[in-house]
Amino acid sequence: MHSTDWLQLAVFIGALVLITKPMGLYLGQVLDVKGRTWFDFLFKPLERLTYRLMGVDSEKEHDWKQYTFAMLMFSLVSCVFTYAVLRLQNHLPLNPQGFGPVSPDLAFNTAVSFTTNTNWQSYSGESTMSYLSQMVALVIHNFASAAVGIAIAAAIVRAIARHSGKTIGNFWVDLVRTTYYLLLPICVVFAVVLVSQGMIQNFKPYTKAKLTEPYTTQVPKLDDKGQAVMTNVVVTTQSAKLDAQGKPVLTNGVAVMVDVPTLDAKGQPVMTNVAVMVDQKIEEQTIVQGPMASQVAIKMLGTNGGGYANANAAFPFENPTPLSNFLQMLSIFSIGSGLTYYLGRMVKNQSHGWSVWTCMMVMFLGGVLLCWWAESKGNPIHQNLGVAVADGNMEGKEVRFGIFNSALFATVTTDASCGAVNSMHDSFTALGGFVPLFNIQLGEIIIGGVGAGLYGMLVFVVLAVFIAGLMVGRTPEYLGKKIQSFEIKMAMLAMLILAIDILGFAAWAAVSDWGKAGLNNAGPHGLSEMLYAFTSATGNNGSAFAGLSANTPWYNTTLAISMLIGRFLMIVPIMAMAGSLVRKKIAPPSVGTFPVSGGTFVILLLGTVLLVGALNFLPALALGPVVEHFLTLQGKLF
Amino acid sequence: MKTFFSEIRGAIVLTIMLAVVCCGLYPLVVFGFAQVLFPGKANGSLIVDTKGVIRGSSLMGQSFTADKYFHPRPSAAGIGNGYDPTSSGGSNLGPTSKKLADSITQNISDYRAQNGLATNVMVPADAVTASASGLDPHISLRNADLQVARVAKARSLDEAKVRALIQQNTDAADLGFLGDPGVNVLKLNLALDAVK
Repeated sequence: MHSTDWLQLAVFIGALVLITKPMGLYLGQVLDVKGRTWFDFLFKPLERLTYRLMGVDSEKEHDWKQYTFAMLMFSLVSCVFTYAVLRLQNHLPLNPQGFGPVSPDLAFNTAVSFTTNTNWQSYSGESTMSYLSQMVALVIHNFASAAVGIAIAAAIVRAIARHSGKTIGNFWVDLVRTTYYLLLPICVVFAVVLVSQGMIQNFKPYTKAKLTEPYTTQVPKLDDKGQAVMTNVVVTTQSAKLDAQGKPVLTNGVAVMVDVPTLDAKGQPVMTNVAVMVDQKIEEQTIVQGPMASQVAIKMLGTNGGGYANANAAFPFENPTPLSNFLQMLSIFSIGSGLTYYLGRMVKNQSHGWSVWTCMMVMFLGGVLLCWWAESKGNPIHQNLGVAVADGNMEGKEVRFGIFNSALFATVTTDASCGAVNSMHDSFTALGGFVPLFNIQLGEIIIGGVGAGLYGMLVFVVLAVFIAGLMVGRTPEYLGKKIQSFEIKMAMLAMLILAIDILGFAAWAAVSDWGKAGLNNAGPHGLSEMLYAFTSATGNNGSAFAGLSANTPWYNTTLAISMLIGRFLMIVPIMAMAGSLVRKKIAPPSVGTFPVSGGTFVILLLGTVLLVGALNFLPALALGPVVEHFLTLQGKLF
Repeated sequence: MKTFFSEIRGAIVLTIMLAVVCCGLYPLVVFGFAQVLFPGKANGSLIVDTKGVIRGSSLMGQSFTADKYFHPRPSAAGIGNGYDPTSSGGSNLGPTSKKLADSITQNISDYRAQNGLATNVMVPADAVTASASGLDPHISLRNADLQVARVAKARSLDEAKVRALIQQNTDAADLGFLGDPGVNVLKLNLALDAVK
């Protein structure tokens, strides 16, 4: 934990504070149909054209049911569109690598994944997706799913700010304005800045580079159909060579080992199938190309996180320098942070917005510090083998980012529901890996996904004021509105769905052959891999303990269902709550009103979030990262 | 029913509009700016030698095993020695993985043998662990330093000359404080080959 690392942390938080207010003010203009922005000259005609083609009256607002229905219809149509493009990519243009169609279960998983702002990827982009699939089928959701999240958040904020009303905005207007005025202009600038750091943006086929030092390696021999050629061999084990008297043969005091065939119960040698290996000369490196920068800019800003390449933001082109890394982390938090300011402004209680922000930042700092400490402390098992202690845990990390930027990125990407990674969470130390997992399980309300973080946090706010009300024996109020049984029922529904979905699916996988078949690690880490997968899917995060081989029909389907539940069964109760809140009258504050700003409120909110998260998930976490931590200290291997 | 169809129509039209604007115009605009302002970088920061042969990208690591070259980090990207950009990724082995501990043990003993280090010298973590992408272009300064003697000997070069080349091919922290410094292995090795 070096001094420059502390400086980086301070600069990161400082930069976030600086952009929060301007972003919040700008959001206020974007999310107001009559709002004015710098880009009106460019996008106003396009906006009007879009409404006309859609047949939408931009002046007419929706009630909560109409708003939710429009959102569901749009998600359905755009999801089907992506599924179709992926299945047909071999017949469509911009496929210079000649990739075949994506399999049905993978296409379903991927379409759902991008529609729900999850961007869980069971595939490697650079070896599966054509340029058209990347650029259109996937990027459309990077914009749309982010805009949907912001729209839903705006609708709920309006429901809180308005009173004795019915409507909460027009979904189509929110979606179109967010995309045109907020996401597009920032992305153009951001993408070009990323190119300046070394990110690619072209439409060339992959480049072949001549290796300075060619070498030969062994690869499985393939037949005409591309299947590995197998051969039957005797299974052998190593055992000490014995002389005629049955004593081990020694050289320099060490037993000489020989291969002995393994025999079965009948005394017959055990046979096994192994692939026939052939020499292959490696003389070239295939360098990935394509329209990457445009995709990465929105992937970060919209907290989507779906990588262009398999290694995501660790891939050198996708995150070339520490500066590009810094800007990507900042962009993940920018809109979510601005939305807390937007909340304060809309409800005319700016300190409420900042209090919510502060509560988020306290949890963010806790996560960063724990993860950073655990990773810089490193793995005692490896250090006993001779790895320098001062270097920390570098497995699955890049030199240019080092320990600190890897830990910070891991925390940021799971606080928000981004899911991009610049290091492999699967190879983190037990406690280092605990942080991203627990962050998602808290509901991704620490800044959170664009929009999703705010509406998730508002559920906790409602619960917190309810608990405060119970403690002092008054009817709970939130910003002058009575919180009654309907709101609490909806809030609890949203929370319970999250926990049941994560724990239910993870438990099912843990006792099923299809679940265990995908594991890359044994012992408690294997359980963590499954738990992380369903946590990430339900939380619409998209990061992974990536050793898990999830590209199987079982995993693709169950994960897709988790993503759908985590997104839409969360939004619908929250929208119902919004529909109820907007109808309520606002009572003027009195001396007995519980203030929703200041230290007491922050601590109460913090306690609510942590208690709910801990009660739901600590038992499962105890079997995964927690027990693994103690096993690491004992040097136990699996 | 009427609202149902009007919402479906809105959804279909908007999907098409977004596909055109966000997936057609937007990447093309970025493409235009990128190709005009930063053509080298937008096309992969390729390293082309004097004969016009593409030798790699300054952002992508490559495999090197000979004594006369600096060795990059172990890589889990693809077959053989890794460093295949079309199958990027890490080992994804966890802290209690026996497989990982075994491979680190092997890497440590290889590293010490190659560089003539005593068995009590602690080895730089980056030298024996796989990176996240499997394409890490960098090694740490200490890792480079420990390889100097071997490379200088194999090339009959002065160690000071090799150290000077390391310095020239070190990427410092951005703006002086962002990220960790690292030595770019491919650029360094090509620079060594260029020494007459």
